[in-house]
Amino acid sequence: MVKPKRWLYAGLAALALGEIAIPRLLAPEKAHFWFEDLPAWGAIYGLVSCVAIIVISKLLGKLWLTRREDYYDS
Amino acid sequence: MTPEWVHPGLLLIAGACLVPLLKGRARRLAILLLPAAAFLICAAMKPGTYGVVSFLGQELVFGRVDKLSLVFAYVFSLLAFVGMVYSLHTGDAAEHATALTYAGGALGVVFAGDFLSLFLFWELTAVAAALLVWLRREPRAVAAGFRYLLVHLFGGLCLLGGIVMHCSQTGSIAFADMSPHAGGAGFVLILAAFLLNAAVPPLGAWLPDAYPEATATGAVFLTAFTTKSAVYALIRGYAGTEMLVWLGAAMAVYGVVYAVLENDARRLLAYHIISQVGYMVCGVGIGTDLALNGAASHAFAHILYKALLFMGAGAVLHVTGLRKLNEMGGLYRTMPLTLSLYMIGAFAISAVPLFSGFVSKAMVVSAAAESHLTAIFLLLTLASAGTFLHTGLKLPYYMFFGPDRALRAQEPPRNMLAAMGLAAAACVFIGVFPGLLYRHLPFAADYAPYTVRHVTSTLTLLGFTALGFFLLLKHLDPDPTLSLDTDWIYRRGPSSSLALAHAWLVRLEDLVARISDFLLRRPVLGTAALLSKLDARVIDASAVGVAQLTKTLSQEARTKVSGHAQHYALLMAAGILAAIAMAVLIK
Repeated sequence: MVKPKRWLYAGLAALALGEIAIPRLLAPEKAHFWFEDLPAWGAIYGLVSCVAIIVISKLLGKLWLTRREDYYDS
Repeated sequence: MTPEWVHPGLLLIAGACLVPLLKGRARRLAILLLPAAAFLICAAMKPGTYGVVSFLGQELVFGRVDKLSLVFAYVFSLLAFVGMVYSLHTGDAAEHATALTYAGGALGVVFAGDFLSLFLFWELTAVAAALLVWLRREPRAVAAGFRYLLVHLFGGLCLLGGIVMHCSQTGSIAFADMSPHAGGAGFVLILAAFLLNAAVPPLGAWLPDAYPEATATGAVFLTAFTTKSAVYALIRGYAGTEMLVWLGAAMAVYGVVYAVLENDARRLLAYHIISQVGYMVCGVGIGTDLALNGAASHAFAHILYKALLFMGAGAVLHVTGLRKLNEMGGLYRTMPLTLSLYMIGAFAISAVPLFSGFVSKAMVVSAAAESHLTAIFLLLTLASAGTFLHTGLKLPYYMFFGPDRALRAQEPPRNMLAAMGLAAAACVFIGVFPGLLYRHLPFAADYAPYTVRHVTSTLTLLGFTALGFFLLLKHLDPDPTLSLDTDWIYRRGPSSSLALAHAWLVRLEDLVARISDFLLRRPVLGTAALLSKLDARVIDASAVGVAQLTKTLSQEARTKVSGHAQHYALLMAAGILAAIAMAVLIK
């Protein structure tokens, strides 16, 4: 399982570099928000979103929402 | 009804009545030809007003045809066809007839130009959908179908009440933009009914409750019609209603949060219907031409890729009989075609470039950005990451990869694969040639999805979502649990409130008992005790005293009585003498 992981990381690094480099080379359309011009904005927000969704949802589930599967049957 | 215009919805409903009468090949042909004919009729339709019927002095419009109704009609009839291909093998005439009626009802909704015919078809879709859930013919499905029906009858009553109020205020039953009547009771009630059918929380829990209980084939139809005809109705009547912006964004995130906790594959996908419809509701709320086009095009793309995803999960259910992620795994070896087709749907819903979701979802997000709604933009982008996380990573990982449970499986029947292939082709086609979809959108707004910034930021967003997924993978293992949603209110609410009421009743009873004890029992008993004491001490005692006295006297008297006759004679003589003496003396 070492190799696929390495490929994943390499691919992600290439994506992030691409996101930083390509707009600087091709002069893209103007951004609507200032934060869209941060370097590797998509990468940062993607990772933050993913972690936030998992952590917050799991917390909500543990503290409040989840029940045994037969909760409604009993 | 004008002779030159045939209502495609009524065609499907009439055809549905004939389907059970046909057998074998003829029936299979009929269920494919009917939606195909409906699609061709829609494709040939020119904008205009058709099917005007006078009824009780009001004009019912069964055929308001414009670009907005047409774009929904195209995709509804297309999906009806795909769904029929998918369910070709079942031979369940009841399901086919119900699904055709359901599709016909949805077409009736999008062509309805007035509130009465809208209401008629609206209720028809509710009943047909409940029947589709029941047709799984298992106790759980029957119960879920009843809940579905009750919730939707409630929504239908809201709609009817709203229509009556609206019409009595305005004097017209025409269904058009409602914004001039904003704030009125009719406006609010009709909006509530639309939001209920669009599964907007807290009115949306019926969706993940009912859809996963339907059959593998029935669920495909369910995913398409109810929520998206509600989106159509919202675009038509409630464009630019600001509340919808926030409801839609909250809905997009809400679906994602519940998807993290979900273990049932199709229920996870059902929560992603809610999330995706959130984008559309948000677009309706933003209300600009671009946003409304986004809502319409996202509905179009969504119907196809969501049906594809449900078909993939349904294929696994059909082959293995499994619906829970913690029981699946390792199916990629036995079901590679299903996996590939599912992944096309997953890429489409995740808005990967070159797939349909990319070109439709982006319009809503861009419209939010153009309207400078920073928080909405961030929420919608976050929900995009969550969508890829679940439908693109978590679900396929646990279903097809993950721990190999050595399940015996094979590819599903060929018609199922063919239907998935059709939907997958549409997803790719729209993604590669967005202009073909954009041309049919109702409003004038140019949009170019494939810009450098959009493509690069989307790719990195999704790539780093994948990184987060693999980093946190061990925390994502699905648990065999269920999650509380607002359906708790009508599923456990009554019994819980009864228990609560019971506890309070017990306390109340205790209190009343204490009060009555204090006010009634004690005084009464006290008085009684006093009286009994009085009885014992005074009355009894006096009676006893009299008796004692009598007894003593009679004792005394007995000792005085001798029994000799001369004593008595002497006493009598003494008495007579005394009497004479008294008589003499008194004289």
